[in-house]
Amino acid sequence: MGQKIAVIDYGMGNLRSVSKAVEHVCAAADEVRVTDDPAWIASADRVVFPGQGAARDCMAAIGQHQLNQAIRQAATSKPFLGICMGLQVLLSHSEENGGTDLLGLFPGEVRRFAASELKVPHMGWNRVQPSREHPLWAGIEPGSRFYFVHSYHVVPQDTGLIAATTDYGIDFTSAIAKGSLFAVQFHPEKSADNGLRLLQNFVRWQV
Amino acid sequence: MLAKRIIPCLDVDNGRVVKGVKFVEIRDAGDPVEIARRYNQEGADEITFLDITASSDNRATMVHVVEQVASEVFIPLTVGGGIRQPEDVLRMLNAGADKVAINTAAVFNPEFVKEVCDRFGSQCIVVAIDAKRVPDQNGHHWEIFTHGGRKPTGLDAVAWARKMQDYGAGEILLTSMDRDGTKIGFDNELTRSISEAVSIPVIASGGVGNLQHLVDGVTEGKADAVLAASIFHFAEYSIGEAKRYMAERGVEVRI
Repeated sequence: MGQKIAVIDYGMGNLRSVSKAVEHVCAAADEVRVTDDPAWIASADRVVFPGQGAARDCMAAIGQHQLNQAIRQAATSKPFLGICMGLQVLLSHSEENGGTDLLGLFPGEVRRFAASELKVPHMGWNRVQPSREHPLWAGIEPGSRFYFVHSYHVVPQDTGLIAATTDYGIDFTSAIAKGSLFAVQFHPEKSADNGLRLLQNFVRWQV
Repeated sequence: MLAKRIIPCLDVDNGRVVKGVKFVEIRDAGDPVEIARRYNQEGADEITFLDITASSDNRATMVHVVEQVASEVFIPLTVGGGIRQPEDVLRMLNAGADKVAINTAAVFNPEFVKEVCDRFGSQCIVVAIDAKRVPDQNGHHWEIFTHGGRKPTGLDAVAWARKMQDYGAGEILLTSMDRDGTKIGFDNELTRSISEAVSIPVIASGGVGNLQHLVDGVTEGKADAVLAASIFHFAEYSIGEAKRYMAERGVEVRI
């Protein structure tokens, strides 16, 4: 029997690309389901937590869909992949929307890129430098390019969480990892072969 | 460092690529799915589909094209042409587009841009600007034109770009109507004027005839991305060749 992979749907953006990319790399017997059902998420073997849009809207949507508990539980108990806002909302607080409290799984701030000659949003393909070895980096050359689109970046208090950094005026945290949780600022579902490899590593990850 | 993006653009009419595409290995040169697959293999950083279909019946075909491409090509996809209602944006995003380009509808109803940016997020809204040089007492400025460059609007392109940024646009797709189809290079002065006036990324479009034009768009035009159609369609150059050429001249690209 295949495994159950939940793609958490809380109404923030289009999850079709994420689910298609996961389907592309998982086994034929696996079931990939885009869902907001806490019971299905709780019973899934793996959970993908995407998200786009503003921090305040994301937090409101998580509340409306009553997914707060399901996300916390999944993030600490099984292979869990946060993508973009699915990384940012794991921290405690964001500067966005005049200050927004987040899920707070990890103490830290989400900050806007400082005004400079660099364009914001940070949009396009940038290099990701792994900070340490991790099963999800298997087969991916250090410094490989992934597709980003975001105006805010995470600053975790515990620098031991940092799994990768990326240079955009500053070296910002582009991935974090802890136990069975991995979360990335870039979009693996839009990052061609490197992105698909990371997703494949995730669906095969034995924690 | 962030790479400059190379974006091939496909004009699609009723589900078929027009202006012809000449890839010898391709079975069906009019099939947008097959061409998108090919560009992805060559290393395109994004793909833009421009729906030039006139009738709304045929627009449904575009949705199917996007669905098919998005199921197997995992790079950002932008769809433009005929986007007039929030529902048009929603339909394309649900089909698998990552960004939707809004052109004429923005000119006639700027609030539309604000509305869809609020609803769907700035990251997926590209405002397309078609600009033309207009002489004035100081030399020239650029004005927004609609209807394929035929109708002037009186809107100053630089001011308009700033306004669209303020309204929430995540990116600007800038086409010089003077250069479109000429193959003599981008209007780099136009691109630079817009790129320096806004903090959001600017895609240069219109006029590419050779690979040096792509380099010039970045170095002289300060573009964040360059878009071209015919030089890639007719296999004059592959995306890979374009990237190597740019890299050799010091432009940061994804190879």
